[in-house]
Amino acid sequence: MRNRWIALYVENQVGVLAKVSGLFSGKSYNLQSLTVGTTEHEDISRMTICVTSDDVTFEQIKKQLNRMVEVIKVIDLTNVPIHMKEILFAKVKNCTTADKVVAFQIAQAFDVDVVDYGEDSVLLECKLTERKNNELIELLRTSFKNIEVVRGGAVAIESISTSCAGRTEYKKK
Amino acid sequence: MDITGRKLIVKALMEEGVETVFAYPGGMVTDILDELYKTDTIDLVLPRHEQGLIHEAEGYAKSTGGIGVCIVTSGPGATNIITGLADAHYDSIPLVCITGQVPLGLIGNDAFQEVDIVGMTRSITKYGVTVRDRKELGRTLKMAFHIAKTGRPGPVLIDIPKDIQTSSGPSEYPKSVSIRGYKPNENVHIGQLKKGYKLLKSAKRPLFLIGGGIPIAHAEALMLDLMERTQVPVVTTIMGKGSVPTDHRLYIGNSGMHGKYAANIAVSQCDVLFSIGTRFNDRITGDLNEFAPRAKIVHVDVDTASISRNVVVDVPIVADAKLAIEKLLEWAEPQNTDKWLAQICEWDKENPLEMRRDRGMTPQMIMEQINECFDSGIILTDVGQHQMWATQYIELNQNKKFITSGGLGTMGFGFPAAIGAKIANPDKQVICISGDGGMQMNIQEMATSIVQHAPVIVCVLNNYYLGMVRQMQQLWYGKRYEATCLRRQKQCPRDCKGPGEKCPPYTPDFVKLAESYGAKGIRVFKEEEIAPAFEAAKQHNVTTIIEFMIATEDLVLPMVKGGNPMSEMILSK
Repeated sequence: MRNRWIALYVENQVGVLAKVSGLFSGKSYNLQSLTVGTTEHEDISRMTICVTSDDVTFEQIKKQLNRMVEVIKVIDLTNVPIHMKEILFAKVKNCTTADKVVAFQIAQAFDVDVVDYGEDSVLLECKLTERKNNELIELLRTSFKNIEVVRGGAVAIESISTSCAGRTEYKKK
Repeated sequence: MDITGRKLIVKALMEEGVETVFAYPGGMVTDILDELYKTDTIDLVLPRHEQGLIHEAEGYAKSTGGIGVCIVTSGPGATNIITGLADAHYDSIPLVCITGQVPLGLIGNDAFQEVDIVGMTRSITKYGVTVRDRKELGRTLKMAFHIAKTGRPGPVLIDIPKDIQTSSGPSEYPKSVSIRGYKPNENVHIGQLKKGYKLLKSAKRPLFLIGGGIPIAHAEALMLDLMERTQVPVVTTIMGKGSVPTDHRLYIGNSGMHGKYAANIAVSQCDVLFSIGTRFNDRITGDLNEFAPRAKIVHVDVDTASISRNVVVDVPIVADAKLAIEKLLEWAEPQNTDKWLAQICEWDKENPLEMRRDRGMTPQMIMEQINECFDSGIILTDVGQHQMWATQYIELNQNKKFITSGGLGTMGFGFPAAIGAKIANPDKQVICISGDGGMQMNIQEMATSIVQHAPVIVCVLNNYYLGMVRQMQQLWYGKRYEATCLRRQKQCPRDCKGPGEKCPPYTPDFVKLAESYGAKGIRVFKEEEIAPAFEAAKQHNVTTIIEFMIATEDLVLPMVKGGNPMSEMILSK
């Protein structure tokens, strides 16, 4: 069992998202994240899907997606170099001055932006990998009493050169 | 010149060569029906319930190899066809179902008779869509017919809002359609197929396992040729039964939960299992770890997703059964299977399919008389014990077709499907084998068979029980016949363990019921009455129910308990 990544080109039509996500619930596939947006062609959407599964199930997932009429192309990103990022906003609330210092230190260490600031709160905007975002949330949770988090799910695209530093997941088993 | 949507819909049906539509009216399809009123090339069948309607369309499609067309209204009309959609999806039956929908502007308002039928049926249709733009109507209808019949066939649902039906738009119905996300496989991978054939040829104990893909691809004659040319014996799933003549010396029988002992042992002992057009459903494999444990498995299927899903195979081949067999026939050479065949015969002699003959009329006797009295025709079944007895004892050949609900196991399928088959094949004898439970699930279709002049011989095997479940209660639940006795009334004792003298009478009286519809009814108690009943029914030009009063607690044997290995068969009580 491990995380696997799929890029999915689908028709940009009503009900396609429901059909794709329905497949995962209907067949008990373990969906980690799913993001969707339009592409350079306005009638085509692209999804980035992360699932946790064994090899056999993953093969089946790809086949099941492939046979949907609305699915144009399935690309397995699991073992290819990719760039992958997830947007995340984290609001640290009820801060003391000392808390704010820690928040800024964390922001600096994780290389994320402080995009808003108030009397007793700080807003961080993070564009990290999903894994790094998980670590950041964990750190914020232990460091502060009151945080509010919203995350967008990962988007991924194949790398142009294999040596670039964008890849994250595929080297680790 | 622009035309209305309703005109385009009927134009599409005509250009697709549709001769019969199964339609039930309602507010959101009256426009389409009004347009059909003006044509004289399309027959309209009005059933008595939409579930009956869709099973009739399934029987029609399955018996002709064509597409069944359904037209139902929005809301309850649409939800009533859901079971049939799931049934057709499982058994790969091509249907185009047009559902009316409330006008676009009312969708989402919880309008009268509004349901999200496309959303509800997403997982049980091959494709489903609501037409939201009049300009898209022609292409969408073409897509529906194309998708339903190509690749692995299946049901397609097109939901058409009322205002799309009435508004004007392009009159064109496209001759063909290209769908970028839908490219069914039309070739055979020769390298893979060769690899599969090599394996078969090298085998000492080779076996073909044949499923519903053969009849769907119309490859029965080719399969017979392949079997004879290679001398490799064949076992079938229930959906594949009849793909080769059942009296052929190379045909062993059905494998699976209620299959023949010799067939299941052959599967577990073979060294190469060459399967074509089957999904390796759990009723065929039993315990997956013990399925064909000594065999290398070759799997030919048109649906990529059916390959290596339940059983991981050694040589996967994505191909239409017909194309694959045509190719195999170019290479096929006789193999020496005499010793292997003798061994299989030995197993069959050890435990043949046989019911006791000393306790009155048995289902086996009824099936044997069907074999005897009809040398051609279409035989359909409902779901339950009678279905399994039919799959065990009915003999099939090129002149006899067998249709049953396999994947979904839909009680209530048999009788309406038989009506659909008869409508499509007025010159053929159509025989429906049903139980007393399943027959009552769509009994209202008696009227349809009468008004459509579609006479069917209906064999109701009445044992007063929902027998398949009662069989489980009998074997594993201490004979606690909860909810399975159809004679049970309020005054019956709580702890009834089976039939006795004080049992209330059965209801309904099938003979009187048949007569009330203007059909005929015959009740049969004894073996010697079976053949005369069939002869009488043949003479009637009207649907005839023959009610066979069989023993109340007979079991379907042999059987394999769900999840057990196929080699562990329960052979006798």
